[in-house]
Amino acid sequence: MTDSKYFTTTKKGEIFELKAELNSDKKEKKKEAVKKVIASMTVGKDVSALFPDVVNCMQTDNLELKKLVYLYLMNYAKSQPDMAIMAVNTFVKDCEDSNPLIRALAVRTMGCIRVDKITEYLCEPLRKCLKDEDPYVRKTAAVCVAKLHDINAQLVEDQGFLDLLRDLLSDSNPMVVANAVAAISEIMDASPNAASALEMNSVTINKLLTALNECTEWGQVFILDSISNYTPKDDREAQSICERVTPRLAHANAAVVLSAVKVVMKLMEMLDTSGDYVTSLVKKLAPPLVTLLSAEPEIQYVALRNINLIVQKRSDILKNEMKVFFVKYNDPIYVKLEKLDIMIRLTSQSNIAQVLAELKEYATEVDVDFVRKSVRAIGRCAIKVEPAAERCVSTLLDLIQTKVNYVVQEAIVVIKDIFRKYPNKYESIIATLCENLDTLDEPEARASMIWIIGEYAERIDNADELLESFLEGFQDENTQVQLQLLTAIVKLFLKRPTDTQELVQQVLSLSTQDSDNPDLRDRGYIYWRLLSTDPAAAKEVVLAEKPLISEETDLIEPTLLDELICHISSLASVYHKPPNAFVEGRGGQRRVLPVKSQSEGTTEEPAAPAPVSQPAPQPTVIPGADSLIGDLLDIDLGPGPSMMQQQMYPAQQAAPIQPAGNTGGMDIFGEGLDNLLGGGSSGGDMLGGLGDIFGMPQSQSYIPPQEVWLPATKGKGLEITGTFARKSNQINMELTFTNKAMQPMSGFAIQFNKNSFGLMPAQVLNIRTPLPPNQSASTSLPLNTTGPVQKMEPLTLLQIAIKNNIDVFYMSTQVSLHVLFTEDGEMDKKVFLKTWKDIPAQNEVQYTINNVQHNADTVSQKLRNNNIFTIAKRNVEGQDMLYQSLKLTNGIWVLAELKIQPSNPSFVLSLKARAVDVYEAIKTVYENILHN
Amino acid sequence: MIHSLFIINNTGDVFMEKHWKSVIHKSICDYFFEAQTKAGSAEDVPPIIATPHHYLINIYRNQLYYVAVVTTEVPPLFVIEFLHRVVDIFEDYFQGCGESILKEYYVIVYELLDEMLDNGFPLAMESNILKELIKPPNFLRTITDTITGKTTGVGATLPTGQLSNVPWRRTGVKYTNNEAYFDVIEEIDAIIDKSGSTVIAEVQGYIDCLVKLSGMPDLTLTFINPRLLDDISFHPCIRFKRWESEKVLSFVPPDGNFRLLSYHIGANNMVAIPVYLKHNIFYREGTAGRFDVSVLAKSTMGKTVENLVLECPFPKSVLNVTLTPNQGKYSFDPTTKVMSWDVGRLDPTKTPNIKGTINLQTGCPVPESNPTISLQFTISTLALSGIKVNRLDMYGEKYKPFKGVKYITKAGKFQIRT
Repeated sequence: MTDSKYFTTTKKGEIFELKAELNSDKKEKKKEAVKKVIASMTVGKDVSALFPDVVNCMQTDNLELKKLVYLYLMNYAKSQPDMAIMAVNTFVKDCEDSNPLIRALAVRTMGCIRVDKITEYLCEPLRKCLKDEDPYVRKTAAVCVAKLHDINAQLVEDQGFLDLLRDLLSDSNPMVVANAVAAISEIMDASPNAASALEMNSVTINKLLTALNECTEWGQVFILDSISNYTPKDDREAQSICERVTPRLAHANAAVVLSAVKVVMKLMEMLDTSGDYVTSLVKKLAPPLVTLLSAEPEIQYVALRNINLIVQKRSDILKNEMKVFFVKYNDPIYVKLEKLDIMIRLTSQSNIAQVLAELKEYATEVDVDFVRKSVRAIGRCAIKVEPAAERCVSTLLDLIQTKVNYVVQEAIVVIKDIFRKYPNKYESIIATLCENLDTLDEPEARASMIWIIGEYAERIDNADELLESFLEGFQDENTQVQLQLLTAIVKLFLKRPTDTQELVQQVLSLSTQDSDNPDLRDRGYIYWRLLSTDPAAAKEVVLAEKPLISEETDLIEPTLLDELICHISSLASVYHKPPNAFVEGRGGQRRVLPVKSQSEGTTEEPAAPAPVSQPAPQPTVIPGADSLIGDLLDIDLGPGPSMMQQQMYPAQQAAPIQPAGNTGGMDIFGEGLDNLLGGGSSGGDMLGGLGDIFGMPQSQSYIPPQEVWLPATKGKGLEITGTFARKSNQINMELTFTNKAMQPMSGFAIQFNKNSFGLMPAQVLNIRTPLPPNQSASTSLPLNTTGPVQKMEPLTLLQIAIKNNIDVFYMSTQVSLHVLFTEDGEMDKKVFLKTWKDIPAQNEVQYTINNVQHNADTVSQKLRNNNIFTIAKRNVEGQDMLYQSLKLTNGIWVLAELKIQPSNPSFVLSLKARAVDVYEAIKTVYENILHN
Repeated sequence: MIHSLFIINNTGDVFMEKHWKSVIHKSICDYFFEAQTKAGSAEDVPPIIATPHHYLINIYRNQLYYVAVVTTEVPPLFVIEFLHRVVDIFEDYFQGCGESILKEYYVIVYELLDEMLDNGFPLAMESNILKELIKPPNFLRTITDTITGKTTGVGATLPTGQLSNVPWRRTGVKYTNNEAYFDVIEEIDAIIDKSGSTVIAEVQGYIDCLVKLSGMPDLTLTFINPRLLDDISFHPCIRFKRWESEKVLSFVPPDGNFRLLSYHIGANNMVAIPVYLKHNIFYREGTAGRFDVSVLAKSTMGKTVENLVLECPFPKSVLNVTLTPNQGKYSFDPTTKVMSWDVGRLDPTKTPNIKGTINLQTGCPVPESNPTISLQFTISTLALSGIKVNRLDMYGEKYKPFKGVKYITKAGKFQIRT
């Protein structure tokens, strides 16, 4: 007797037949009919017409029949809401049944009926079930709260179910605790209100840790994930949590293992890195990670993606386990590619020989993607491990000899990088490369080859012929290739001016007159102008010595890495993106690693930006699309302003000019200059001085003078002064670090506490290190407002933690609110009027600002520079009335009315907004700006 | 958590769907099919596929894809582990997990899925609990049902194990013959390079048990050399503290078949390679290439290597092979281009050899590299790592059980580059 017979009915009158059977008197027949209905339902047939008949079968003692009917209800209640009401009574009754299985089943099914009308009836039975004597019912009820929250969040919060759920965290039964945790984390993800109500503290964490040992493996995952969201108050608590979590590393369930790894990785940040305990933890982490790699390929894949993060954060954990990442020929391709990535990360001088032998093996495999990546990996090895570079190059040459088209192309791309890392070392192989010129058909390979020819034009006798051959099809080339070709020919011209004049003219005219691509045109014009005005300068710029490329190119940016470490085992860790970047409906809650109690030397600083005296002309790097404009700016403006800076600010000579991607899109020939200087990261406090030189009007926004945030006495010799500024749509924190101690300082890092406006650093702190004694360094730290939000008292309070090699320091300051006024704060007149009327009168507050020495127009201009926009101006009985609007980064609009009487230095400011909390801070801003 | 599950067969037919929250239309599977088309082979479909609003997490087992749909940030391993567990339970229930079997027991499958998850959270995943809730189909039951006219497969009482501290074991177990068998299985994963030296060799070990003991037995298992086990994953029944402090496995076992623990002996320990190959393989353009491979025993600790099978995947450009083995039989699959040679027992007095010619398709260039050969074999009564069970004791029950321990070494991913 099998179930496949339920699928055989395909007759037309099926529904009628079923209807008759459902209403049959015989129990058996009824049940068979319900089974048929369910079978049809599961294959997607519409059997909703039978709703009343099926619901009629619900009142039965037969558990199987009851279950089947419940299944049906869950599926179709939504499409038949009115009918579903009919079922409510049975549910309420079943919730009081003497059999706990039936009570649980009823509460479970109720939550799955996603009909608004029913949810109200659900509350009472659910409340009862949450306090049921049987743990099985309680644990089912806990999940039901999450279901209900999904349907009607407001109802759950109003009815106090969150508190009941919280109470379940202390339940005597670990399974109930686990389900409560699961429900809570789902609710917290969905609703920020609930998140604050369900915040974990050390007491609840303790309860969870107790339940951890006894609940099911799935419950352990929920609990571990919850624990990972909690930040212990000190390192002792962190260590004790670690101690209780580490046994989970030996669990058979891979999800439990990885969640435990997450907790340990996160809490390790708080512990003394040099201590024995951390050393023992690091030892404990390797075996479980290796074990995951012998599981099913799907598990391996997720594990590998996570290991990729872990080795970037703490390379020491797996440094001796290189071999487990060697590729088996029948691994699925997605596993192979990930293994390869990790092999490169773990490559060091001690294991390079093995790795290289493996990579060479892989390069002869069948799968094209894998082979390409292997060839690239050989190049990365060469760049990473200097002593092995020569062997890598000869391996690459061997591969080029195979003449397999895609292998050759990949090899040329990586050889270009090798040249950039070790100039004047392997140029002897250029001849071999040139032999393969004709076979290159991929833009990246062509561009790389052209770069090589341009860079070493003086050693290639027929460089001009080679480049000329590329020039023939110039119009059809990819932009990348065109740009390279332009630069290469200009280089060639500068090196061999006599016989290449024609060629350079040809390429310049091709790229300026015949091209539609603005990047190409701009670059062409710049070269043209350079060459025609001052060839010597052109030589200096174009042929300048280039900075060596850094070791590892694809490292994840450190702040993102830290965030991802907090998301180990989640989808975010698989995609290497923060969850709010791809999971829908996820609030702005971003996780940050807890502040370390001691500095740590494993994360190397990214390659230092080129010093000012040696501007980096970037056209020689194959540019990604977004850095193209940055390149141009660099060539054109790099030397100019930097020289000026040196003369004017000898003390600040180290202030780096970064190849600024963020200044992209500006008009480089026009007034963009001041923007560049102001908006770049070259230190904000020199702005005024440069402005004077260029005779610019002081149209910049108000920057309060720097204040001492951390006195040297509290900072163990480190003094920090700072202020906030808004420049070209970007909030910056201007910081000056002064070392008043006797020893140099290094390893600076910064972190913010949660604050009212979600301010957080947009980049890592970029400051010259080490900072020698009695010197100071300034930096401008761009901020964004995507961080976690928590209302502070006062509103503008910002708590900051600064770390250096000596200690971690905490300081607090008040953000001058004007930096949070956005550029789009200008309200339409009509909207302004309407909003003004809409906001209740009790929200209006008046302040008097004394002793202002400006007239209405200057005031209006000054405010406008700070994104306070004057919408209208009226003259009433000799008084000037200015109506103004502004918008905060978090979307709060504030309306203002400024009353100015001529010859009276006291202005009257009336503010109106829906959020009255911001008034004080706004008044302060007005005062500061008007008194400035 | 887990929103929906689709089961898809090899021909792209979504023959089963289950939703734990709202219904997601099966057109979501189009994203999966898209990824499937891109993948080179059935195994190469990426396990996690992003779509604009959902994530599809899938596993591939027994020619079926199990595709779970999630909409929120969930640990993907959680989903993958869950899916594998689902398949394990199906196999346990139906003694197989093919498409026809799942279709045959459709209603039970559906009931099981419904019992396993609630709102996407795992509810009951222990096989013993599920079996109390939903009776597995079996021949005997079918007969008794037909005779008594009773066909319910659903238990009406709350499963006993569900909430106890030992959810993996039900109460009131009774056997007339009390017995406990422990199989120590070691799989050797290795890559051997062209010259015969070992690139990597590691052992993946398991202890699989069949325990049929009445009541609530409390077992302890000790090893002669527990030090070997430093990288180990336990079944939840094992008391971790005892192992940490005394290196003793102490546990109340589940009833029936289960995996007590798995361990890994890494590449940093020396692992002996039981067999190796002598090979001479080359291709020639135009004329026939050569294939000559012999299997030799290396360190087998005096045990016999059995069930030896050699598989050699040839590149697409190979038309066929003509070979003569001196032992066993070989076959060549012209579509997958895999040559499989069933050697059988490795007789120490005789060296199995296979040789002959490789014919390329006309006009095809000579392949870049030689194939990677994989071996399968078993060696009974040997645990390659040398791990040995010392003794098994039982507390908590009065009867004397029958105990047995068996050791087997197998080839896992044992690959030889030529």
